[in-house]
Amino acid sequence: MAVQNNRIESEVLIAAPVERVWELITRAEHLGRWFGDAGAEIDLRPGGAISLRWHDHATVHGRVEAVAPPRRFAYRWVLTGDPEAEPTPANSTLTEFTLAAEPDGTRVTVVESGFDRLNADAAERAALLDSHTSGWVTELDHLADHAAGVAAGR
Amino acid sequence: MSAAVADPEPAVFAALGDPTRWRLLGTLAQQGEGTATTLAALLPVSRPAVIKHLGVLDRAGLVTRHRTGREVRYRVEPARLEATARQIAAVATAWDRRLAALKALAEQQ
Repeated sequence: MAVQNNRIESEVLIAAPVERVWELITRAEHLGRWFGDAGAEIDLRPGGAISLRWHDHATVHGRVEAVAPPRRFAYRWVLTGDPEAEPTPANSTLTEFTLAAEPDGTRVTVVESGFDRLNADAAERAALLDSHTSGWVTELDHLADHAAGVAAGR
Repeated sequence: MSAAVADPEPAVFAALGDPTRWRLLGTLAQQGEGTATTLAALLPVSRPAVIKHLGVLDRAGLVTRHRTGREVRYRVEPARLEATARQIAAVATAWDRRLAALKALAEQQ
């Protein structure tokens, strides 16, 4: 896992062909097993609806953003406010899967981004879009430790 | 699967998403305590802008403020930062776990 530049990135090498991995990340019957544990629904086209269900968690709804078989799949899912609202940068994050064929199988990279724009009001968002945001998340732990030390030292 | 979806703290993420605020928070953490005037002297930002950014950080619960005489002094609130760091780690861990499950399923057949 890596946390940088307001993105969370994780990757894995899978000993299976790209086409098989593509099926697993884009078909409802598979998504409902390895991602959700209580089923999933997906309309696999840009703008199509996606829903992921968990037994002990509310269903999460979203929208498919990109479908480029068998290399790239992206969707937004709604994390704040009305769970069935249309995904926007203010209520959802973007998740992007990239599949790359390698001699030993398929490398899957997933990037989830947009946490910094959640619930930002319009002015905040405009400011964020203008700025080249620094990699604040990598330094959060250090800053928290430092702040805790300063607080304890007085 | 609990923590299947980590619940982000939107106000905190939005507050931290601005580079100037991030730098302001770092400076405040280093100083331990500061006023808009002392912070503006340490940063390439005007005092009114510092006040505005401190307001956003305050509303997100990332700093605390107290008044001594005519001055308002600010301090970083570490608990909130730590909670946010834990949430980000939880989101990242959730992805590691999901990809491990995907790998297991893909390699089954």
